[in-house]
Amino acid sequence: MSRIETIISELSSISNNPRKAMEDYKKETGKGSVGVMPYYAPEEIIHAAGFLPVGIWGGQKSISKARAYLPPFACSIMQSVMEMQLEGVYDDLEAVLFPVPCDTLKCLSQKWKGTSPVIVFTHPQNRKLEAANKFLAEEYRLVREKLETILNVKITDEALNQSIETYNENRKVMREFTDLAANYPQIIDPKKRHAIIKARFFMEKSKHTAMVKELNSELKSLPVEAFTGKKVVLTGIMAEPNEVLDILKDNGFAVVADDLAQESRLFRNDVPSGTDPLYRLAKWWQEFDGCSLATDAKKSRGPMMMDMVKGSKADAVVVCMMKFCDPEEFDYPIYYRQFEEAGIKSLFIEIDLETTSFEQTKTRVQSFSEML
Amino acid sequence: MTDTTAMSAKELLGFYQEELYEEARQAKKEGKLVCWSASVAPSEFCVAMDVAMIYPETHAAGIGARKGALDVLEVADEKGYNVDTCSYARVNLGYMELLKQEALTGITPEKLEKSPAARIPLPDFVITCNNICNTLLKWYENLAVELNIPCIIIDVPFNHTMPIPQYAKDYIAEQFKEAITQLEEICGKKFDYDKFLKVQEQTQRSVAQWNRIAALSSHKPSPLNGFDLFNYMALIVCARSKDYAEITFKKFADELEENLNKGIFAFKGNEQKRVTWEGIAVWPHLGHTFKGLKNLGNIMTGSAYPGLWNVSYTPGDMSSMAEAYTRIYINTCLDNKVKVLSDVISGGKCDGVIYHQNRSCKLMSFLNVETADILQKENGLPYVSFDGDQTDPRNFSPAQFDTRIQALDEMMKQNKEGVSNE
Repeated sequence: MSRIETIISELSSISNNPRKAMEDYKKETGKGSVGVMPYYAPEEIIHAAGFLPVGIWGGQKSISKARAYLPPFACSIMQSVMEMQLEGVYDDLEAVLFPVPCDTLKCLSQKWKGTSPVIVFTHPQNRKLEAANKFLAEEYRLVREKLETILNVKITDEALNQSIETYNENRKVMREFTDLAANYPQIIDPKKRHAIIKARFFMEKSKHTAMVKELNSELKSLPVEAFTGKKVVLTGIMAEPNEVLDILKDNGFAVVADDLAQESRLFRNDVPSGTDPLYRLAKWWQEFDGCSLATDAKKSRGPMMMDMVKGSKADAVVVCMMKFCDPEEFDYPIYYRQFEEAGIKSLFIEIDLETTSFEQTKTRVQSFSEML
Repeated sequence: MTDTTAMSAKELLGFYQEELYEEARQAKKEGKLVCWSASVAPSEFCVAMDVAMIYPETHAAGIGARKGALDVLEVADEKGYNVDTCSYARVNLGYMELLKQEALTGITPEKLEKSPAARIPLPDFVITCNNICNTLLKWYENLAVELNIPCIIIDVPFNHTMPIPQYAKDYIAEQFKEAITQLEEICGKKFDYDKFLKVQEQTQRSVAQWNRIAALSSHKPSPLNGFDLFNYMALIVCARSKDYAEITFKKFADELEENLNKGIFAFKGNEQKRVTWEGIAVWPHLGHTFKGLKNLGNIMTGSAYPGLWNVSYTPGDMSSMAEAYTRIYINTCLDNKVKVLSDVISGGKCDGVIYHQNRSCKLMSFLNVETADILQKENGLPYVSFDGDQTDPRNFSPAQFDTRIQALDEMMKQNKEGVSNE
C-alpha cells in the first residue's frame, strides 16, 4: 500500500468509527470528549481544555424512537441525532456544545434526551455590527465558564490562543487539500475526499493536520493526469450517506470544491488575529459569509458559489438539499435563479439520512451527467 | 374624515384594517415610502418616520382566510420554494412575485387580479425581527434581494437562559441605533426623537387596551371567545403604534365589559368546557375549527399567541424596549415557555389544551411534546394535538381535527365528572 493509500485508509477508518477515536484519545491522554452540535460552535475552547471535540452529525439510520418526540417535518439530520440520543449513543460525552442558528436547533437545544450536560449558546444574526461581536464574545465567555466547571479545568487565554493557531493551521492545510484534491480526482474520489475531511471531527486537530499535510505533499509529488469526467461543486449542509458520493463517482463526477456546512464552510476562513481569544472567535462569525445559517441581507452565497465554480473550473453545481432544512430551502430559489441567469447548470438532490434506496438519486445523477 | 365615534368594535376593526391598506396604497401613489414589516418587529421607528407599513404575515393570513392561498402558493412553488417551508412566507413571496411582474410589465397577472385579499404596494424597504422565528430572517433576506431594497434587521438572540441578560439587551439596543441610522438614510431626513417618544407612548396605550381584552377571558363564563382575538390581532400587529389599535381595542373591551355586566357571554347557551389553543390559527379552516369546538360546547379562553404582542416597556428606555421585544415566550427556553403557557391555561380557567402541530412553524411545533408533558404533570389537564398549517389549506384534515377534539372533549368531561364526584 502506498503512503497515500495508507493515510486515506487511516483517516477513513477514523471517520467511520468516532467511538474508537474517543476511546483512543482517552487511553492516550486520560481525558474525555465533548460533543459539538452543528453549526459553527467554537470547538477551540474544548481543545484548549485538553478534551477531544467530537462532531455530532447524526448518521445513516432508520428513525423509530425519535418519532415520539419530533414530527416528520423536522430535518433529516436532527431526526437521526434525536434517534441516537434516545439510544444513548452520546452518553459518554462529558458535555455537548449546542449552537442554535435555526428554529429547529432552538427547539432541539431544549430537549436533549441523553445524559450529558448541554451548553447552549446563540449566534447573533445582525452579524456585521460591532455589537454582535461583543454579544458573541460574552456568550463564549459563558461557554468557557460552563466548560471549566463541568470539565474541572481552567481554560486560559494563552491556551485558547494556542488552540486557535492549531485550528487555523488545520484550516489552511484543509484549504490546500481541497485545492489539490481537485487536481487528483483519480486518487481522491468523492467518498475519500469526504472521509479525509470528516476525520477532522474526531481527531485532535494537530494530528489531523499532520496527516493531511503529509497527504498533500505526497499528492503534489505526483503528475496531474487529464480527467475525462465532469467536475462539480457541492453545496448544502452535507453530502451523506456515502452512497450519494458513490453515485457521483460511478457517473464520472469529481468533487472539485464544496460549499457544505460539514466541510469547506468550516475552514474557508481563519479565525482572525488579535489578543482576546473569545473576541477573535466571535469575529470569525462576523467575517463568515455564504451560509444559509448566517444571516446576510445581501445574499452573497450565490455570487460566492459562482466564483467557486469559476475558480475550480467546475462544470456544474450539485445541490445537496437536506430534507426539511428550511434555511437551506429558502436560499435555493435565489441562487438557482442566479445560476440560471449566469448559465451555470445545477442538479438538485435530496439528502435524507434515513433512506436506503438511492434509485431516484442514481437516475437524476445519470441523466444530469448525460445532459452536461 | 369618516366619523368613527358611533362604530362598534367590529366595525372599527374592519374600517381601520382597510384604512391602513389604503394609506399604504396612497403613500405609494404619492411617492412616499412603504415598508413591509415582520409582525413583531418594532414598529415604532418606521411610524415615527411616517413610513406606511404593510405586514405580510397578516396579509398572508387574510389571503388564507379568504381561501385565496393556493393560487399564490403555486407561484412560490414555481419559483423553487419547497412546500415544506412556512406558508406565510410562501404566500407572501408568491404575491410579491406577482406584484413584481406587474411592475415590470405593466400587466396585472390574472392571479393577482383575482386575489381576494387587499391589494398592497411593493415595499421600498423591509424590516424584520426574529423574535418569533428565524424564518423571518430568511424570508426577508429574499424579499430584499429579489426587490433590491434595503433590509433593516433587529436580531433578538434566542434566550436559552432566563432572565434575559443585560448584554443581550445592550446588543438589541445597539441595533435600534443602527436601525435609526439606516432609516435616516432611507428616508433622507433626521430621526424625530420627540415623535418617537410619542409613538412609544401610543404603543403602550394600544398594548394596555389589548391586554385589557385578553384578561377578560378569565371570567367564567367568559364574555370573550379567544377566536375573536385571532381576528382583532390584525390591529395589534398592524397598528399598535397608531391610535387605531387603541381606539378599537378600548371599544371592544368596553363592549365586553358591558356584556359581562349584563350577563351576556361569548358562548350562546351555556359554555361547558374551556380550552387553551396553543399555536397559530388554521386560517383557511378557521370556521371549521371554531365551529368544531363550539358544537361540543367548548369555548377557547386561553391562547399564548396573542400575548406575543404584549410589548410593555418604559417609553424612552431603549433597554426596556429591547427586553419587551425579545422576551416573547417562543424566543425563550422551555422552562419559561412552559411557565407562560401555564399562566395562560390557569388564567383562562381551562379544562384542556389543544396543540397545533403546524407544518409551517417548526418553532411552535417541535417542543409541543415536551411542553404538553410537563404541563399535564403540573395541572393534570388532558390535551390533544392535531396536524395543521397556518395558511396552506392542504396540510389540515378536518376529520382528524374533529376526532382529536372529540377525544379531548371526552377526557375533559371525565375529568370534570371526576372532580365533581370528589
